[in-house]
Amino acid sequence: MSISRRDFLISTLKIAAASALPLSAFKILSPAEARASVEASTVRWGFIVDTYKCVGCGFCVKACKLENEVPYEAPVTRTWVERYLILKDGRMVADTPLGGRDGFTSLEIQEEVVKPEDVAKAFFVPKLCNQCENPPCVQVCPVGATYQTADGVVLVDRTWCIGCGYCIMACPYGVRFFHPVYKVAEKCTFCYHRINKGMKTACVGACPFGARQIGNLKDPNDPVTKTIMTQRVAVLKDEYGTKPQVYYIGLDENVR
Amino acid sequence: MSSHVLRPLWVVIIIVILILGARFIIVPPDFGIQERGFMYGYHRKSNEDDWKAFKVKYRTRKYCKDCHPDKYEPIMSSKHRIIQCENCHGPAVDHPEDPPKLVVDKSRSLCIRCHARLRYPGTERAKIKGIDPEEHNTGMECSMCHNPHKPDMEGWQ
Repeated sequence: MSISRRDFLISTLKIAAASALPLSAFKILSPAEARASVEASTVRWGFIVDTYKCVGCGFCVKACKLENEVPYEAPVTRTWVERYLILKDGRMVADTPLGGRDGFTSLEIQEEVVKPEDVAKAFFVPKLCNQCENPPCVQVCPVGATYQTADGVVLVDRTWCIGCGYCIMACPYGVRFFHPVYKVAEKCTFCYHRINKGMKTACVGACPFGARQIGNLKDPNDPVTKTIMTQRVAVLKDEYGTKPQVYYIGLDENVR
Repeated sequence: MSSHVLRPLWVVIIIVILILGARFIIVPPDFGIQERGFMYGYHRKSNEDDWKAFKVKYRTRKYCKDCHPDKYEPIMSSKHRIIQCENCHGPAVDHPEDPPKLVVDKSRSLCIRCHARLRYPGTERAKIKGIDPEEHNTGMECSMCHNPHKPDMEGWQ
């Protein structure tokens, strides 16, 4: 085999140029990664619940049910409020009559009248869908009826849901339920129709005390993002690894 | 190849084609892997628009302000300014077209959401003026004496 001086130099240059290419230039992107790199969402919806401010009026539950056409008398709700009483004798009692739809109006709790003098500490805890970063309810859907949008909200396709109920069992927070009218899985949507029009969710709007706030976690100037970044907040069932995006101020260890 | 091999093979091929054809018709064209990947984003893309198109019912007090300044002004200078109009008057939806008249909830059960006395230590609820609904003028609507738009005693009727 013979090779001219010119060809040898050209080949050497080509090999040197090729070996200078970084390995990452040959990385094959998944379709999701490729799409994300061109049209990454600038919105990630997140929520703050301030349990110090909640008084248990239940206006959020009422507004949510009417706004989202959840049957008013049925014992199901997308958001609810729990009352926790830690008694001076160390016991804990908690309840959520009708999900707190009509507020907390009585000292009676779990068929027992608890006098405020016997209470060591008390708090009302509003709950709603955590819109997890790793939603287990979405993973278990066998048909692709429930999914997460690019801005982080978990939704249910009512035309595609077969009503198997796997997602209702999979949610560690008990947020999902079976819709009595549509016969499909139902859950809080962060009022997706409202937040996309620049409005607040129905529950945030209805809360007189500012116990609920919604914001864009990808916007560093959003008041919700600022609060989460600068104040002490906690999430529910952190150990499950679901990465919930509803942050609680003043969350007590007794809240589950 | 002999016919006893070919014949079932054709049957299988036809069944596969039928299934693929049915799938092509039934599955919407925009169904597939979206932004959040296969695990979290496998869905019909247009369903997001279905949810966005859902009807807004609670329009917030900004919607009431312009037509009802006579109600808006006094309540905004009272302690009840933190309460949205629609919390008591019901969702406005497309009022005044639909519904032409909102039904105001004047029941005791509405007021005692906050004003039933629950003096739990450490809660904001304990700071709200409250009554015992079982004892305080039972059977009467709160608004017979108290003006919800002027909750301080100057609104006392």
